Amino acid sequence: MAETRAGYFGAYGGRYVPETLMAPLESLTIAYDKVSRRRDFKQQLAALLNHYAGRPTPLYEAERLSDQLGGARIFLKREDLLHTGAHKLNNALGQALLARAMGKGRVIAETGAGQHGVATATAAALLGLECTVYMGEEDMRRQRPNVYRMELLGARVAGVDSGSRTLKDAINESLRDWVTNVSGTHYVLGSVLGPEPYPRMVRDFQKVIGEEARRQLKKQSRRADPDLAIACVGGGSNALGLFSAFIREPKVRLIGVEAGGAGEELGQHAARFKGGRLGVLHGTRTWLLQDEDGQIAATHSVSAGLDYPAIGPEHALMHEQGRVEYTAISDAEAVAAFHRLAETEGILPALESAHAVAEAIRRAPGLSSDRTVLVNLSGRGDKDLESVREYDAAHRAEGDGVGEAAE
Amino acid sequence: MSGLGGTSEIDRVFDSCRALRRAAFVPYVTAGDPDLETTLELIGALADGGADLIELGVPFSDPIADGPVNQRAAVRALASGTTLSGVLRMVSSARQRWSVPIVLFTYFNPILARGVAHFASQAAASGVDGVLTLDLPPEEASGEYIDALRANELATVFLVAPTSTRARIRRADELTRGFVYYVARTGVTGDRRELAPELLKQVKAVRRKVRHPLAVGFGISTPEHVAEVGSVADGVVVGSALVRLVEEHGRDAAGPVAEAVRRLSEPLRTARRGRRS
Ligand SMILES: Cc1ncc(COP(=O)(O)O)c(C=O)c1O
Repeated sequence: MAETRAGYFGAYGGRYVPETLMAPLESLTIAYDKVSRRRDFKQQLAALLNHYAGRPTPLYEAERLSDQLGGARIFLKREDLLHTGAHKLNNALGQALLARAMGKGRVIAETGAGQHGVATATAAALLGLECTVYMGEEDMRRQRPNVYRMELLGARVAGVDSGSRTLKDAINESLRDWVTNVSGTHYVLGSVLGPEPYPRMVRDFQKVIGEEARRQLKKQSRRADPDLAIACVGGGSNALGLFSAFIREPKVRLIGVEAGGAGEELGQHAARFKGGRLGVLHGTRTWLLQDEDGQIAATHSVSAGLDYPAIGPEHALMHEQGRVEYTAISDAEAVAAFHRLAETEGILPALESAHAVAEAIRRAPGLSSDRTVLVNLSGRGDKDLESVREYDAAHRAEGDGVGEAAE
Repeated sequence: MSGLGGTSEIDRVFDSCRALRRAAFVPYVTAGDPDLETTLELIGALADGGADLIELGVPFSDPIADGPVNQRAAVRALASGTTLSGVLRMVSSARQRWSVPIVLFTYFNPILARGVAHFASQAAASGVDGVLTLDLPPEEASGEYIDALRANELATVFLVAPTSTRARIRRADELTRGFVYYVARTGVTGDRRELAPELLKQVKAVRRKVRHPLAVGFGISTPEHVAEVGSVADGVVVGSALVRLVEEHGRDAAGPVAEAVRRLSEPLRTARRGRRS
């Protein structure tokens, strides 16, 4: 796609890491470029994705929802039905296979929502690798079921109590572990973030989402290209995985949905393209939420997986080029979409994915019924039951009625 | 700075240490921990205690290369409202009172937020002599950063690590002005009981490959460590061991820190080293 100078997407990307990690990143880049092209690697990964993880995931037309909204046809790409419950496994299996090919016996990962941690713990169990997952203590609290899942899978879950105790801090701690144990450890970064080669490697492992969706859409709607393709954007991996297949089709409008959180002030949201500007965090040059002095800002989102101050560097380029439109969905809208999808279609989406669903709900009524909207349902909502219950309880108490099905 | 500060000042420090056949002693503290008034006093304490060069940390919210001791220092510094501008103002008053050169030890985002060129001219005007940006390897430093710091005669310090290849060591040395900083262990900053087992051998090997003086830091925390590393390096950096004292004594840290610096730098003043191998 959009990689320009090696490791850069236009003015974004690069490798902003301490010297200790530079040679290991060079080796990782060489290994990835070599191994990922090998036929046996591709076959192994494809076999795991199909027979173990459950690919292809279905493309489902949400007819009841479409009818209710009275507009475009809405198709859901069901990554929630992938083994472990989110798109994260596509990447975790790819990187764990790569780690094994590189002779690394240990993997580490950060996790926000817990989905990437569960996916990495799963891949590590399957391939016999030792696994440590770093997770902010605030996220451990709000995604409790996933903590226990990781432990059952044999991973060590290391709580992180520094900073905001969320995804950003889990990445800090993962990088510190990696810089200390780099010779025998591979860092399975969970999104299109971090230093080269991660943004393009993670994107490549997620491309399968868009490739499948395009084939399926052609079969099921007779047109391969939707009018709109919508995905939520934490770091941005499920979005790039979906968008990659359509990026060269200018008629397909691509929409990335950031977390609008609880308000527009810095600290209340995670919409990098609303309140952010250029900076460097976690090894990459990209759009960041930060204060005047270049200190990284606190973020907020009801969904742990979107609660992060930086966006993948390739998204920064897409934004600059105008190829992808970025919008924000608030906590309230996301929770309302969660309820609505549950009640009309019998699907509990992850709160992250509920942001994409909310955007579709916002747009579909304005489109005619011969239009199609493709939504990436990146994960399932089982992990979020407690968060939704808490959110609804708090807001019912305020008496604003959120959480009642938005009919 | 008209040639008085910056790179030439740092060169002068290493030249005069070399003439005395000893390594330079380079203490580190985080600016603003617990507040900038205390840091100003600490710079005096470090200078009086025997610092040849001072490394001053600029606090950052997400210090990925730092261990828990320096992380906590950054949290305290940010909590007291420390900003990069505040640090530079404090350096400016310190430099009016003490002549020990100062190198900033920082992450890149605060520099980028201010604008690299703007930062470089302000830093030089405040009397900063050099800058080490932890998350800016040679590849990303080439261009704007190097040009701006050079134009202001600021030393550009680069890291070399145990993982660095021969080609990377050469590249770091080429971009360096002042001294090269060898990371004594693959890991984060923090005080350790033991030095890494192969350290002295590694330092000797790297020192033969670089043209600039070689300072060594990360994990050096006792007078014994200082003596050992000082026998093979051109500079010895002690950080977390001092930051721990600041943590313990807060605004009254100047006395204990001066005392620690005297104790830690003592081996370098007594034990002279043989000829450079
Ligand atoms: C279900 C789900 N969707 C989306 C995300 C956000 O990540 P990304 O933007 O990389 O797809 C997460 C992250 O944890 C997630 O669990």
